[in-house]
Amino acid sequence: MDSFLTVDALLPLLVGLPLLAAILTTLLKHHNWRVGVSVAVASIQLIVVVALLAWLSGSWLHDNSPSFDSQHQRYALGGWGAPLGIDLAIDGFSALMLALTAVLTLVLTVYSGGYFSEPRSTVDLGSAPLAAPRPSPSPSPVSDPLLVDKSARFWPLWWLLIMGINGLFLSGDIFNIYVTLEIIGLAAVALVALDGSRASLTAALRYLLVGLLGSLCYLLAVALLYRAYGTLDLAQLSAIAEPTAITWAALALITTGLLLKTALVPLHFWLPLAHGSAPAPVSAILSALVVKTSFYLLARFWLDTLAPAATDYGLLMLGVLGATAIFWGSIQALRAKRLKVMVAYSTVAQLGYLFLLFPLFLFSGNIRESGLNGPAVSAIAYFIVAHACAKAAMFLAAGNIMRTVGHDEVDRLQGLSKVMPLSLFAFAIAGASLIGLPPSAGFIAKWLLLNVAIDTAQWWWVIIILSGGLMAAMYVFRVLSIAFINVDEKVQTEPQSSTNDPLTINDQPMLMSLCAMLLAILTIVLGFNAELILDLVNVGGDV
Amino acid sequence: MTQDLLYCIASIGLFGIGLYGLIVAPHIIRKILAINIMSVGVFMLLVASASTVDSLPDPVLHAMVLTGIVVAIAGTALALFLASSVHTLGRATDEDSH
Repeated sequence: MDSFLTVDALLPLLVGLPLLAAILTTLLKHHNWRVGVSVAVASIQLIVVVALLAWLSGSWLHDNSPSFDSQHQRYALGGWGAPLGIDLAIDGFSALMLALTAVLTLVLTVYSGGYFSEPRSTVDLGSAPLAAPRPSPSPSPVSDPLLVDKSARFWPLWWLLIMGINGLFLSGDIFNIYVTLEIIGLAAVALVALDGSRASLTAALRYLLVGLLGSLCYLLAVALLYRAYGTLDLAQLSAIAEPTAITWAALALITTGLLLKTALVPLHFWLPLAHGSAPAPVSAILSALVVKTSFYLLARFWLDTLAPAATDYGLLMLGVLGATAIFWGSIQALRAKRLKVMVAYSTVAQLGYLFLLFPLFLFSGNIRESGLNGPAVSAIAYFIVAHACAKAAMFLAAGNIMRTVGHDEVDRLQGLSKVMPLSLFAFAIAGASLIGLPPSAGFIAKWLLLNVAIDTAQWWWVIIILSGGLMAAMYVFRVLSIAFINVDEKVQTEPQSSTNDPLTINDQPMLMSLCAMLLAILTIVLGFNAELILDLVNVGGDV
Repeated sequence: MTQDLLYCIASIGLFGIGLYGLIVAPHIIRKILAINIMSVGVFMLLVASASTVDSLPDPVLHAMVLTGIVVAIAGTALALFLASSVHTLGRATDEDSH
């Protein structure tokens, strides 16, 4: 009785709940039921995570159940110990990622409830611009019977994706991580393909091949590590890992595989297409969370588990690639013709900042021994949260714009500020956070990064961080200036040139605009409450 | 020991052949096959490693190979479905334009 109701049961619950939701949403027949179940499960998940956080930070429950090792925050599934069984583990960093996942899941679930609710109007709005360049009545991809009921296919895949993300953050075992990587990969690919158009199917196929290649590289590394050390457990590995040739080979394979999945610059070719052609809530979670999962693993392996094998040269190399990503992604975002592609390239650029973690960690002194914490890790963790909220808000706003206007070509968005002020406002706030303007979370994130860079005497990263912000300002304001400035001239002609249907206010779902707005406001709120997150990251470290 | 080494070299070789095929092959079916060859390489390394640990084979590695096979089948099935859908849609639009 006692052991059943203790806090350690919360860890498997975070994997079990989304799985339950996936099964229920498969069984239920009506969209509204699926939304109801999903919102309920997402809320419970959030409560569970909050309880977990409260317990982690030591202010609540003190439990001493037998299967839970409170020293390392681990939970042995089924009571089997680490070498044979699968352990779930949690520390400050992964707890923060779980909290981020829970919050975004709830908001995006509510948004998706609206997004997939009216297949009628979506089809109308979606097919109108398609019909314009193609006068002959061609068989629209939407009419394929396999691809009609998007809601029925969306929800199970959505929850499987969430399950994979939660599972990955909780895994304390390198093979379990492989399985969750594949669950995430397969669910994400299927979600990208949800649209059923040729472009999205092609993007999904490419995404799938890249994902499988990345996971296979990772699996080969797992095989090598198990051969060398005879364990799959992360904690045991970090205790016994040595800088031998086989560890280097494994680290190189893991890095290659996960860089492919994280889409760091030379390997980013699949991302803009996949993130740009997915449905809005899917794009949001792909950019906000899915690419971060593989980054999380990279950080875990380089700085914690296989840290003895991590060379200074390798860490610097990752930082240089990150700096390249900032510039390349920003330039491509400036050149992008479609709004969603622009936001996707902005993700490529922002991912570059994350990789500055590695060189900044390198020179920040004595923390090399103590796992994933320290000033550089806190800064990056905060950056991840800030970017996730801002990017999700941006994709939701872009989705609203696409749904209402029928297209998302940047140059044809003149006068949009009159038609959809709320979505555009959300976009602007999220953009301000990406740029790093003061009250937003993005500002704090960049401030923390700059602090670490200056503390560790690496001024060259300061230049890169600042110029990256400048370039973000350029691409965000390019969109905003088009949407805001030409209000008087173009607001009449725009609806006629884009679709044949005149725009009405009814086309704008209030709830969906509010979801985008909520995430945008969250970036501001986080800007004022940075301490909460920073404390949390270091909670697992020094007790 | 030499037998084990032989298996290891062969499995890395298979992985390499698959990787080469994935990058070079123009056709999507060939790419999917190449991915499968890569995963067979990894599975072979896992199975080969299982025999070296002791006189009894290591069951953990066999469990990993089984899981890996399931994942590989799921991935291949999804890839084949997507490829055939792209092909069908592509043919439909081609017939439209001609």
